[in-house]
Amino acid sequence: MSYFSDIYHGIRTLLTGMGVTGKYFLHSRKGAITQQYPDNRDTLKMFERFRGEVVMPHDENNEHSCTGCQKCEIACPNGSIEIIWDRQVDPETGKKKKLIDKHIYHLGMCTQCGLCIDACPSDAIKWAQNFENAVYDRSQLTRVLNRPGSKVRAGVEE
Amino acid sequence: MYNSLIITNNIHSWVVSWMPAAVTGITEMIMIALAYLTLFAVLGLFLVLMERKVAAWFQLRIGPNRVGFFGMFQTIADALKLLSKELTGTDKADKFLYNLAPYFLIISSLMALAVFPFSQNLQAFDINIGIFFLIAISSIGVIGILLGGWSSNNKFALIGAMRSGVQTISYELSVGLSLLTMILLTGSLQLSEIIEVQKSGWLIVQGHIPAVIAFMIYMIAGTAETNRAPFDMVEAESELGAGFHTEYSGMKFAYFFLAEFINMFIIAAIGTTVFFGGWLSPFGITESIPWLGVFWFFLKAFALVFLMMWFRWTFPRLRVDQLLTLEWKYLLPINLFNIVLMAIIVWLNFTIQF
Ligand code: SF4
Ligand code: SF4
Repeated sequence: MSYFSDIYHGIRTLLTGMGVTGKYFLHSRKGAITQQYPDNRDTLKMFERFRGEVVMPHDENNEHSCTGCQKCEIACPNGSIEIIWDRQVDPETGKKKKLIDKHIYHLGMCTQCGLCIDACPSDAIKWAQNFENAVYDRSQLTRVLNRPGSKVRAGVEE
Repeated sequence: MYNSLIITNNIHSWVVSWMPAAVTGITEMIMIALAYLTLFAVLGLFLVLMERKVAAWFQLRIGPNRVGFFGMFQTIADALKLLSKELTGTDKADKFLYNLAPYFLIISSLMALAVFPFSQNLQAFDINIGIFFLIAISSIGVIGILLGGWSSNNKFALIGAMRSGVQTISYELSVGLSLLTMILLTGSLQLSEIIEVQKSGWLIVQGHIPAVIAFMIYMIAGTAETNRAPFDMVEAESELGAGFHTEYSGMKFAYFFLAEFINMFIIAAIGTTVFFGGWLSPFGITESIPWLGVFWFFLKAFALVFLMMWFRWTFPRLRVDQLLTLEWKYLLPINLFNIVLMAIIVWLNFTIQF
């Protein structure tokens, strides 16, 4: 008897499958996931988890939260990050403190693995959602993430 | 052979008016052949476009939409591109057979189109063994596939062609037997006669249970006959490259491609004619306007084509042993039983007629 129940189950599962695809077919008008890219350049927003490039957010006082701990530099498997730092006297506390001079990021070498962002203890760097990263010269792919004149936000410690 | 639509009558009298009677027959045949050739080349292109659009919609994509309105001219552009491409071939290929193979396929599928009644009297060749002719012609195509695979000196092509041989020979049986089931109802092999019978109800209604079973078997076996997914082991992309036409390029590749789509249309057209009343309108609503038959015929045929596309984008590909199990252990016994059932129903007059 399993012969007939096989046929029955076969037909039923096939129809279930066709039902699923049929539903997709009917909803394709609204739910199409295709982005017609150059046309919708102005409105296209990448989804949140997209990994475009590593950036360092600055607030309105031109302050970031990078303490110069170099953990990202160590975490990066292919050496895309270089931190140039200095020990300076903190004007407020009068103690010597490690401060970054330049946080250099080589987009050309980065594999978008995200390890640097995971490693950062003070959430100073994060992913940007831009994807139009093509440039005419390789040297433009080397970026300094901290803006000129910026300083570390007070209260962020190693 | 000549049909009585007014337009063809006009053409006929126009040809006769300036030509000796002896050659008018040949001239008209050539004219009809050319008309069919152009029409079905365009139809094939349209089917390719339809397949791409339908596939896109099933996968929540948009599909071709750049060339012309909604991508209307995409496949025409593709065909032009293929026309202009170089015809390459492998070293040590059997050149004669290699060049011959695509024509086997495309000619056999175009020949099959000649016998369909697209509307009342709109039929190029009303042969009295219509269904038999169709089954016979559609099995010639496989020779083209076998030749193409064999002669192109490529292991993938050869494996693809051999699989096609296995598949077509097995499934031809089911196509034939399921059509035979319906022949029991019509009592005639002639396609125009088959449609005449359906004026008192489409055959799928007349034959109720066995007819529905026969239709299901026919659609499964027909999909397998055309080597489409889920039975596309012939050109299983992930295993065999492109299967038997791996080594073809340019226009010869286009012939294979076009033949696949025209074959799909033929399977749908046979299904329309035998199960769904061909050009007859549902409940005879447009009986007074005979040329609307073309519309009904194509509507039904395209509905069946859509069904086959739906299969393709839903089901995963079968393995060869599963394919043969399906045919020999399931479809064939059910089919034989179904014929007996249909015979009993016809004998006891249990058919539903209006
Ligand atoms: S994402 Fe990976 S590769 Fe890129 S800078 Fe960070 S750690 Fe290095
Ligand atoms: S970005 Fe984060 S991990 Fe890298 S140096 Fe600055 S604080 Fe340390």
